[in-house]
Amino acid sequence: MNYVIEMLDVSKRFGNFYANDHITLQLEKGEIHALLGENGAGKSTLMNVLFGLYQPDGGEIRVRGENVAITDPNVANDLGIGMVHQHFMLVENLTVTENIILGSEPTKSGIINIKDSAKKVAEISRMYGLDVDPYAKIEDISVGMQQRVEILKTLYRGADILIFDEPTASLTPQEIDELLNIMKKLVAEGKSIILITHKLAEIMNVSDKVTVIRKGKGIGTVITSETNPEELATLMVGRQVTFKTEKGPSQPTEEVLKIENLQVNDYRGVAKLKGLNLSVRRGEIIGIAGIDGNGQSELIEAITGLTKVKSGKIFINDEDVTNKKPRKITETGIGHIPQDRHKHGLILDFSVAYNSALQSYYHEPLSKGGIMNYKEINERAGEIIKEYDVRTQGAHELARALSGGNQQKLIIGREIMRNPDLLIAALPTRGLDVGAIEFIHRRLIEQRDKGKAVLLITFELDEVMNVSDKIAVMYDGTIVGTVNPKETTEQALGLMMAGHSKDVAEKKVLAAEKDGDEHHVE
Amino acid sequence: MLISDYNPITGYIALWNGIFGDSYAIGETIRQISPYLLAGLAVAFAFRTGLFNIGVEGQLIVGWFAAAYVGIAFDLPKIIHLPFALIAAAAAGALWGLVPGILKATLKVHEVIVTIMMNYIALHVVNALIKTLSGGGFKLERIHQSASLRSEFLSNLTDYSTLHYGIFVALAMVVVMWFILEKTKTGFELKSVGYNDNAARYAGMSANKNIVLAMVISGAFAGLGGAMEALGTFGNMSSMGGFTGIGFDGIAVALLGANTPLGVIFGATLFGSLKYGANNMPNEAGIPVEIVSIIIALVIFFVACGYIIRVGLIRLRNKKEEK
Repeated sequence: MNYVIEMLDVSKRFGNFYANDHITLQLEKGEIHALLGENGAGKSTLMNVLFGLYQPDGGEIRVRGENVAITDPNVANDLGIGMVHQHFMLVENLTVTENIILGSEPTKSGIINIKDSAKKVAEISRMYGLDVDPYAKIEDISVGMQQRVEILKTLYRGADILIFDEPTASLTPQEIDELLNIMKKLVAEGKSIILITHKLAEIMNVSDKVTVIRKGKGIGTVITSETNPEELATLMVGRQVTFKTEKGPSQPTEEVLKIENLQVNDYRGVAKLKGLNLSVRRGEIIGIAGIDGNGQSELIEAITGLTKVKSGKIFINDEDVTNKKPRKITETGIGHIPQDRHKHGLILDFSVAYNSALQSYYHEPLSKGGIMNYKEINERAGEIIKEYDVRTQGAHELARALSGGNQQKLIIGREIMRNPDLLIAALPTRGLDVGAIEFIHRRLIEQRDKGKAVLLITFELDEVMNVSDKIAVMYDGTIVGTVNPKETTEQALGLMMAGHSKDVAEKKVLAAEKDGDEHHVE
Repeated sequence: MLISDYNPITGYIALWNGIFGDSYAIGETIRQISPYLLAGLAVAFAFRTGLFNIGVEGQLIVGWFAAAYVGIAFDLPKIIHLPFALIAAAAAGALWGLVPGILKATLKVHEVIVTIMMNYIALHVVNALIKTLSGGGFKLERIHQSASLRSEFLSNLTDYSTLHYGIFVALAMVVVMWFILEKTKTGFELKSVGYNDNAARYAGMSANKNIVLAMVISGAFAGLGGAMEALGTFGNMSSMGGFTGIGFDGIAVALLGANTPLGVIFGATLFGSLKYGANNMPNEAGIPVEIVSIIIALVIFFVACGYIIRVGLIRLRNKKEEK
């Protein structure tokens, strides 16, 4: 076989902990090889070994059949290995070209030769259909474009083996599609790609082979066309995972949240919510579908009292809470899982126990007469840790040390333990692996079955289709339509998210299907 | 020191003797530590709540003045007079902290700018007040005995040094700071806002209220630091040509102590003893004061370096273990 990279029996140890325990990965020339594993399974460690950031404790690495010792990233570069990092390493106020040549600036008698470099950048960009403007400033271009600059950077330096570390984590669905196409184009031109991800849809779409690792151990390599997402998920998590979270029909009763003609401006005075109406009842999950930036954040902040409402009314359990203080609103029975768990959900430098008390520290028995009762807080934290399976070394560990999934479980535990009538879950599964996603979906449905109201805001179509009982599609500050997930298609939803009304969207989908059928006949 | 032709060994011996040489020196050293402790606490407290209080200097000056004024203007039994003077100092400092706190909370004016300006206002207003009160002079009268922190017992114990009860006030405040931060609901809120004001806001805490409160408490600590000088060390107040420097050193004290109450004790001890002990270097080893200042700065610099390196090493080790 013609392998460009072989990592044979590679081990990497930190203290007594094996981050990589005899893992083998073989990359063929011209293939996209996915590396799949849960958060913390050891994917990044393995790639850092390959890229020279860590030295392996055992095993051997061969590049194009030759044994090599990759002692630092420069060696990796010389071997033609390039890495596209998850967090971009770009200088915001420099141009694309300047960023690409950074560190190895071509000079002509001491002066940087930008023009030639820009020409070369444009050439490579055209060759792989990257469509990047070499003179654009990084701060002016979208996240998806910035990622292409990272790709360009590796290509410019002559890489023909590219490692993509969770490349789709911060991209919109359209950008993801475009990226996957670029990857296909790259391999068509003879490059080889290792794709690190835990998103099964991407793997099925783009990869040729998948190597699965779980808890630092290599589970095996399978050929993508001979497997399916269910099998991959089982391999990755080590047990059966259900994608369709099972749930009975909803039995909605009285109204908990009612929003009438809500209007909100942002700090510049630009209208973000333009007369939004919404109602959520006990015993149902309302999913808000929509593309990021159509007013979802403002909606949540208005309900929770974090932003001023310009006009309109918000009722919780028939009580008018419009423009009330956040704490007052929380007390009427709201639990809130914020969309940014690091910025809004947790205080990372606080312990797990402190974080578990963030919403209720001022109540007895957690504090009394102005004095905190940390014993009680620790006990309460212990309950959350146990009940919500938060994997931590203990209540005293800093929240910062927890993985994303466990941080999210901590927040969800904290909010649900307060027994709110309305649970607002904003992007509750962002960046989490299938195991954690399944856990969180089950908890949301459990709340519903207990007769609570749940408002789910998400950008993931799968999630909104799977979990909600009703989907309200949001576009440009209003709800353009409400659909039943059992009676709609992802295509129709997508069209509504682009601003079409429900009727128009459904007609278009029907027309497209008819079109497809006719082609079939021909 | 070698470069400038002085014997470093006798120099350092002089420094050591200046700090621990005899019971008098020890007494004076401890006396010097008290205002540093309080200045350090003031800065540390603000830091813990995410604020940078550079105005400790000004808060200390108004505290000094308030304590001296109360000490002179009233004639009360000691049991009332002394606490009254201390509270006046704390209140004056708190007031000086309140202004930047309110400006930050309502108008988002950065506290560093306001506190620096408040320092100048404090200096010159207090000088003007001294002039008015003393009828054109440069010095207030001595405070009444009933407001004094002076202690014959401590003084005798340390060979007639100016050691006074202030150190106990300062140590009590260390406990107070620890108690507020670690035990009270207010402390929990203050720390939350300090670490992540966004998350604190989401949890329904009022960031503005906590900013003002933090500045007030911080200012009160600084004001008490001024009271140490007014009621203990000097027993009066003279108009000042420039800043005392204690407030600014408080920043270093707090940072050396990693902004924890116990750490501040360590930082203040280091600062206080070096500052006082250094006075002995010109006397005993004939080294000019300018060089002494450089030496002291270097010692503190290296202590800080050592500390940072240690913290860095611990972080590095933790990181490795995490992975």
